[in-house]
Amino acid sequence: MARTRRPVVAGWFTDDAGGGTDAGGATDAGGGSPDGGFRLLGTRCSACAAVFFPREDDACRNPGCPGGGELTETPLSRRGRIWSFTDGRYRPPAPYVSDPDAPWEPYTLVAVELAAEAMVVLGQAAPGVRTADLAIGDEMELVPGVLNEDDEHIWTTWHWRPATGGAARPGADGEGNA
Amino acid sequence: MHPWGKWGRSFVGYGTHAARAALADAGLEWRDVGSVVGANTMRCGYPGYVAGATFAQALGWQGARVTSVYAACASGAQAVNTARSQILGGLADVVLVVGADSAPKGFFAPAGGERPDDPDWLRFRVLGATNPAYFALYARRRMALYGDTPEDFAQVKVKNAAAGALNPLARYRTPVSAAEVAASAVVADPLRLLDICATSDGGAALVLSSMEFARRHGHPDPVRIRAVSTVTPTYPKAVLDLPDIATDSAAVVSPAPHSFRASIARAAYEEAGIGPEDLSLAEVYDLSTALELEWYEDIGLCAAGEGAKLLRDGVTSLGGRVPVNTSGGLASFGEAVPAQALAQVCELTWQLRGTAGDRQVPGARTGITANQGLFGHGSAVVAVR
Ligand SMILES: [Zn+2]
Repeated sequence: MARTRRPVVAGWFTDDAGGGTDAGGATDAGGGSPDGGFRLLGTRCSACAAVFFPREDDACRNPGCPGGGELTETPLSRRGRIWSFTDGRYRPPAPYVSDPDAPWEPYTLVAVELAAEAMVVLGQAAPGVRTADLAIGDEMELVPGVLNEDDEHIWTTWHWRPATGGAARPGADGEGNA
Repeated sequence: MHPWGKWGRSFVGYGTHAARAALADAGLEWRDVGSVVGANTMRCGYPGYVAGATFAQALGWQGARVTSVYAACASGAQAVNTARSQILGGLADVVLVVGADSAPKGFFAPAGGERPDDPDWLRFRVLGATNPAYFALYARRRMALYGDTPEDFAQVKVKNAAAGALNPLARYRTPVSAAEVAASAVVADPLRLLDICATSDGGAALVLSSMEFARRHGHPDPVRIRAVSTVTPTYPKAVLDLPDIATDSAAVVSPAPHSFRASIARAAYEEAGIGPEDLSLAEVYDLSTALELEWYEDIGLCAAGEGAKLLRDGVTSLGGRVPVNTSGGLASFGEAVPAQALAQVCELTWQLRGTAGDRQVPGARTGITANQGLFGHGSAVVAVR
């Protein structure tokens, strides 16, 4: 029986190329990714241009906001630089999902600073990326990933991995600019 | 206080033990207390959510005004703030403040159930980001920005364990060597088991009164609380704090010139009319060894990046110019969340009275506590003699 790919949190990132999700994908704006790439999705206040991730859909949280704006979905930059990183050598408690009978495989956690948004976003590193591979200031890129799988679902998430080949395409991350 | 450790009993017992000790110290009866403020614990079911009444019931209902507060790690300081406000507002002469916990073993975890609208639940579900993971992110950043080393971090543990060995209320009372820290398992790279504080059971309590009441009851020169800071961050908060998955964006609004943690102490200094140069000692939240170095900078003992140097120069050790965590800190006590901000004030009290025994700071006159609670609770208490 085919399992459904489903985002671990609805609306935080675009559908990944693997497809197959239905209602669990982006809550609106049909994925919100003009160039078809995988993106984190935040929201932007139309009155003050403040950006929020995880998405803020209730009200702008900038106390200096003139008000009256709307929060619209906005994709975040796909690339950024490492603010800091670590790993988890011990199994985290629930609600993190892991098989208690399997040996614990440490994962790497990376905090990445996005220049256009001037914000730091945490994420797990792609499988196989170890702390020894990383240094603060390194360029990282966002890729779709799998958090865990169960009988019905493949729970998808975002991962950071060292930016691959060549320079980042100029302007490719410009959608985050106000 | 109740000694800290893993005692396996209810938090109520630890709290009432601490309360009775505080009342005896003050020379008062429970029935003299006009108000009780409990710092809530979130892991012990319903009574933990109404800690003020729970402690009042355990001590014997006597009709006192009651308050229960929760602010995670800052709960104790919020309880002190509530008590102080009631006294300054003329609502009570004597207030009993109590915090206690029976902590689970291992990592702190959020309450159960599916709660995708709870950021604390989400950071575990989506990222597996434990509290030590955040401490490790700060530690790694210090290494990159300032050149701090794991050996510097280990020296914080060595210092605090040496102080804790002199404190009969501490859970860990044996000195620790740098080699022992280096030999302990990595929990979250670069931090090792002995860089990170344990979870503990424990309880702490304070009796606060108006100056007029204290003098009337034979305390001409009591320890005075000069300031209680309970500030929130300023938007945009640009440092990733527990339990954040991302910081606020600083693209449109520039961050304040000082970090949130630094603003906590600044607010307390402003209220007290003192500065870091006036301190005899400080108690700060050493949730990790590396974080203690950051607090040196945030409470103004040195400039940003100079924390490790201050430690290496012995300034913050017992016998140094401004000893930090003379109690032994969380390194020696472990976390009993609603009690620990109160335990910090207990240590200031004993030091300012000159009754801290072998760990006494000679001539201590002014002290500050500093801590930070989940979701933007910043607190610091200034006490003077
Ligand atoms: Zn706005």
